[in-house]
Amino acid sequence: MRGLIEDDYLTEEGEFVINIGPQHPSTHGVLHLKVWLDGETVKKVQPHLGYIHRSIEKMSESLSYRNFIFATSRMDYLAAHINNEACALTVEKGLQLEVPDRAKYIRTILSELTRLQSHLLWWGSTGLDLGAVTPFFYAFRERELIMDILEETCGTRLTQNFMVPGGVMYDIHSNFQKRTKEVMVQIKEKFQEYDNIMTGNVIFENRTKGVGFLSKEDAISYGVTGPTARASGLSCDIRKLYPYSAYEKVQFNEILGTGGDCYARYMVRMHEMRESVLIIEQLIDNIPEGDFQAKTKNVIKLPKGEFYQRVETPRGELGVFIVSDGAASPYRIKYRSPGFSNLSALPIMAKGGKIGDLVAIMSTIDLVIPDIDR
Amino acid sequence: MNNEELKISISAILPTAIYDETGEFLNVNIASEELYPLINELRSKNEFDFNYLFCLTCIDWKDHLMMVYHLLSKTHQHTIVLKAKISNRENPEIETVCNIWRTAELLEREVFDLFGVKFINHPDLRRLFLTDDWNGYPLRKDYVDENMITL
Repeated sequence: MRGLIEDDYLTEEGEFVINIGPQHPSTHGVLHLKVWLDGETVKKVQPHLGYIHRSIEKMSESLSYRNFIFATSRMDYLAAHINNEACALTVEKGLQLEVPDRAKYIRTILSELTRLQSHLLWWGSTGLDLGAVTPFFYAFRERELIMDILEETCGTRLTQNFMVPGGVMYDIHSNFQKRTKEVMVQIKEKFQEYDNIMTGNVIFENRTKGVGFLSKEDAISYGVTGPTARASGLSCDIRKLYPYSAYEKVQFNEILGTGGDCYARYMVRMHEMRESVLIIEQLIDNIPEGDFQAKTKNVIKLPKGEFYQRVETPRGELGVFIVSDGAASPYRIKYRSPGFSNLSALPIMAKGGKIGDLVAIMSTIDLVIPDIDR
Repeated sequence: MNNEELKISISAILPTAIYDETGEFLNVNIASEELYPLINELRSKNEFDFNYLFCLTCIDWKDHLMMVYHLLSKTHQHTIVLKAKISNRENPEIETVCNIWRTAELLEREVFDLFGVKFINHPDLRRLFLTDDWNGYPLRKDYVDENMITL
């Protein structure tokens, strides 16, 4: 026992080694962090992954081009729509298939609703992580309204599987437009409430300002994307840089922060929610008439070659890389998931800080573990 | 730089590189031994400045393995796909790039875990997702899983 303590829990320099997770409320899933501590100061962090690795990439190799998309809903379960969209876009790129405008608009609106509900859940859980319980209930109150819209049109709440190669699976529900507009009005009023309860809160500011700094150079080198990188001033919004679906038809701002700390990351996401509402409002009344799905063959076969498509999920850049040998299922498929790269920057953000700050950093990176493990 | 200029500049460093422009990006095919000298130039020379490695993966082509690096320059906004062929399938080895792009550290561990490619000079090369005593490399095409149930 003595040997075990000396080897595993106390290093020669007197640093104490503790394990956070895999079952820990602040890791938002089964993430396991091994932390080296000197007193309360974090000296080193090492993530241990694989607790829910399902090898979706391997599974996809034996599934058809229609079916593999459904597995990706289980990757980043808070952004199932956007994962599905990424895969559908890649297959369409391979087929050189033009998607009807109506489908593009529906896709964009659903993606932004997804982003909104994902950011709301993040806002609530960040509050919970930092000791504020009320925001969680506020966030879920509004998130529920969005989930109801998604449920009405797609049939499910979390793993929608609504985007298919060629467009969307069904047409939108007859209530969709009316209901979305009502909810957008409701949510816009609530943003001020969110700011009042959390953004200006002294305790919250003390826990996040100047904590977990990430420089722009490190963000690029570690492949960090999404709001986490934009808070460091790195312009990386795929919706702006490489527009897909209906994003080139709408006006919106890419939110850039300068601080690079937890507070900057928080503010970027708060502003992004407002931008999402703006995008939805521009599109919701202008959904063109027509087909919601282009005609595709029963068995989809991609031509020989390699296809890469990136989209912006609430957590950053999701890339889908399909290698096709001309058969009815992909030869090799790779998901460049945003959470995986964002997590790799956690050790440098946490180094030198206090162990309590580690929780603030983890929650402002907005980790979703199935997205990391895949 | 556009694709033509990139080809000329890369050929000046590595004359043996073979190009393929059929896809979306410019593909540069090289052998695994030629990787490190080239990739070092691509990162450090100002005219290339490939500072962002946005995807790193491996493909098993049955008779050889192929490492694929998707590189983007945030300053010049040009992209290339670098493909390094590893002929030795029994004991695949390639130089690590994680001292150039830090994101490669975890990505290379993933490739080591699922394909068995050994990265020379990698600081911490361990299995990432699977347990340490796992047999075989699941994403290789010849991998047989005894526990798999065929419906």
